Amino acid sequence: MTSSTSDHVEIRTGVYADSVTLLQVSRRIQELPGVNAAQVAMATPLNVEVLERMRFVIPADATVNHLVVAIRLDGDGDLDVVRAEVDRALTERRGQASGPTEDAPPRTTTAALRREPGSLVLVSVPGPSAAVEAMDALESGSDVMVFSDNVPVEQEVALKRYAAGRDLLVMGPDCGTAVVGGLGLGFANVVPPGPVGIVAASGTGCQQVLALLDHGGVGVTTAYGVGGRDLSAEVGGLATRTALARLDADPGVELAVLISKPPADEVAGELTAYTGSLGTPVLLALLGAGRPDLTAATEDLLRALGRDVPTWPVRGETRTATGTRLHGLFVGGTMKQEAAVLVTAAGVPPERAELIDFGDDEYTIGRAHPMIDPSLRLERLAEVAADETTGVVLMDVVLGHGAEEDPAASLAPAIDGIRPPVVITVVGTAHDPQGLDRQVDALVAAGAEVHLSNAHATRRALEILGGSR
Amino acid sequence: MTSPASEHVADRVVSVGADLLAQAVEDQAAPVSRVDWRPPLPGTEDDLATVALDPLRPDANAQALARMLAVQAVLVDVLPAHEAIGLERGEFLHAGPPITWEDASGPLRGALMGGAVLEGLVDTPEEAVALLEGGLHVRLEPCHHRRAVGPMAGVVTPSMWMFVLEDPATGARTHCTLNEGLGKVLRYGAYSPEVLTRLHWMNDVLGPLLQRAVRASEPVDVTAILGQMLQMGDEAHNRNRAGTLMFLRDLGPALVESGGDISDVAEALRFVGGNDHFFLNLAMPACKLALDAARDVPGSTMVVAMSRNGTDFGIQVSGAGDEWFTGPAQVADGLYLGDFGPEDANPDIGDSAITETAGLGGFAMATAPAIVRFVGGSVPDALATTRRMQEITLGENPRWSVPVLEFAGVPSGIDVTKVCRTGILPQINTGMAGRVAGVGQVGAGLVNPPEEIFPQALTRLAELTRARAR
Repeated sequence: MTSSTSDHVEIRTGVYADSVTLLQVSRRIQELPGVNAAQVAMATPLNVEVLERMRFVIPADATVNHLVVAIRLDGDGDLDVVRAEVDRALTERRGQASGPTEDAPPRTTTAALRREPGSLVLVSVPGPSAAVEAMDALESGSDVMVFSDNVPVEQEVALKRYAAGRDLLVMGPDCGTAVVGGLGLGFANVVPPGPVGIVAASGTGCQQVLALLDHGGVGVTTAYGVGGRDLSAEVGGLATRTALARLDADPGVELAVLISKPPADEVAGELTAYTGSLGTPVLLALLGAGRPDLTAATEDLLRALGRDVPTWPVRGETRTATGTRLHGLFVGGTMKQEAAVLVTAAGVPPERAELIDFGDDEYTIGRAHPMIDPSLRLERLAEVAADETTGVVLMDVVLGHGAEEDPAASLAPAIDGIRPPVVITVVGTAHDPQGLDRQVDALVAAGAEVHLSNAHATRRALEILGGSR
Repeated sequence: MTSPASEHVADRVVSVGADLLAQAVEDQAAPVSRVDWRPPLPGTEDDLATVALDPLRPDANAQALARMLAVQAVLVDVLPAHEAIGLERGEFLHAGPPITWEDASGPLRGALMGGAVLEGLVDTPEEAVALLEGGLHVRLEPCHHRRAVGPMAGVVTPSMWMFVLEDPATGARTHCTLNEGLGKVLRYGAYSPEVLTRLHWMNDVLGPLLQRAVRASEPVDVTAILGQMLQMGDEAHNRNRAGTLMFLRDLGPALVESGGDISDVAEALRFVGGNDHFFLNLAMPACKLALDAARDVPGSTMVVAMSRNGTDFGIQVSGAGDEWFTGPAQVADGLYLGDFGPEDANPDIGDSAITETAGLGGFAMATAPAIVRFVGGSVPDALATTRRMQEITLGENPRWSVPVLEFAGVPSGIDVTKVCRTGILPQINTGMAGRVAGVGQVGAGLVNPPEEIFPQALTRLAELTRARAR
């Protein structure tokens, strides 16, 4: 310390501020230019000791009810300026907080459900974290739809075991579509309420049936997705049972349909016994070789309800084939599987058919689902269009909530003028936000033949291919 | 019995993950609440899933929390440590997880040195260094291992008097020394003659007076006082003013009638009344009593102790027994006395984070506007702090409510999994001790535990879960 410093100690009465405020005031004063040291404090014994250690001289009559303002100025310090700043610091009120607000959004599903109890929970975080959020939902007594994929099967089993017996439903993992009380979740088509209840282990399979039923004039109030593995031996149909039981208990459901790959053998027997025990008839739409396709299953459904089976719409005419290979470029996993069954059944050798599901995990790592981001499929389309051997291109376009806003906007220019014939299934309803007719019109105008039924579209593609042989 | 599908109308949706899916629901005119989800602490995904899906966990956590909330802590006695917990000559208790003299920080060393002089093991603090370095005739042990807690250095020696708190329902007990006041005190590592003189007075005069008063009056219900303090602006860690005065109110008459020398009684009243932190040493063992009841519930992920020895920060978890999960203690961010600065401060020290573990202190910041400036300045920040702690806790304590939050109970039962999921660390209000032995208090502020101890604890919980599943 230089000899040019000067100390100023004043005692103020009738002033009180808490010690934290005063420490802040002190710090602010210490930072002023020309201030060598400063302390503003109530004259408690502790503070007096601190001040004296700083070599300020404190009057002996200072008590805890006195405020001490102790300032040590360097030679160039201006006492009036410093004292004015002390006054300002002591009297000014803090303005509105700029820090975190009181209503910060919830950080976990549990916290969100604390604020909105009873909500249905939609989980789409990365697979390794999905079970944790889903468990939050179940513990809070909420149903959960797990859209996320890459969830280990043992985690799925643990979630579904917890839910079973608690009247809770786990839809998924990898559940793309559900309709709950008329509300579409994930990728869901807009359908009116109606007498059919759906349980689906397949998202696009469910959407195909929703679209066909809608065309047949039948609505769906509830469509539960259960995830593609629910009827596997590991999971044992845990969610399917709960979902069927809920439909069975609902007087509004006349007929239930279960859409799935064929269940594991040990699950099939139990499931048949279970559906037999229910009061509501359950129609099985199981996808696989030698079984009815989804369109045929939907026709059975309509007949069981006593409805007429409509003619499934086809629009547009396509070119004749010159090449010999069938290229199926799909965004819907079930659309691809259904086509594959029909292609194999038609005796097309594997080297003459290439069917790709762009929604498969290997194509979605690090990018969005092709129903949202079409770029990968469009790249492949350009390649096969340029390939001399391509005989026919078979595609699907899936409409509904969650899907691309205007898929035809990018697809129609991509097919317009290409050499191979193009057959497209547009899975959608008239109420879907993308506008079914508008999408179909655009694709037809670009030269595609457009179907509502994927099975019919596949057969048509095979027919076109056959014509070239 | 399964309920019909028609009863499950999704009239409200909580969406966690892709905003597109939330938007699709909103487009259908259904209200959506979005979770501000972020990836968990690195490397914790598998362990989080394992523990989340542990069939024991939901009930175990509910049980641990219920046990903690059921505890009532009453002050039943005041006894020297050798009587209260059987502390023997040469035994020293300290705050935090286990530590050796070699690894002990300045304030802990200072307190141990002062304690050695107080017990007459050596004549001067300087001689104590040789005694403690040698280690032959001394034994260091965490307070937590002896049903005790100690603020700051937390040093307890056999002659020090301790509050004895008991849960009448179970007879379980916890203990804590009497608070010495602020400034140059043993618990901040000071050991000057005035510190030792005060400690002798506490042993010779204050302890026996309090014992007579406590034994002669109705048991003081510490849990109930804590409930009242929270309504009077105390958060029971850095502000204990209302609690101290209520304690005086409850015990004052019995102190006066204790038959002690009237000037001793007056001095005791003056000492307690003049020390705003006196009640801290009752709040802490009350919190420990509640949390000890939640210990050892297999599958529970609830933190039952947070504690620091000036070098390490340690936590214990209900489902992981007595194991400590430790990492380096942090230096608090706060305000300094006089011309002390960050370079003078020792890393975080003390068992007093037991208050946060029980939902008080930083967790109850919203109820203590008088000291909210520790949180960064404003009352809304304080409210946000308490609300943020709700994200990492299992529930609320209905006995300890915060008026300004519509009488919501304080966030209680820190969940290791929620800390790992959100990265939100428990907020602790704390005093700061000087780095150098003998200096004493240099400031007060806010501190967090080191982040890595929560994944450590989670890993252990996941191992135990997997072992049970085999």
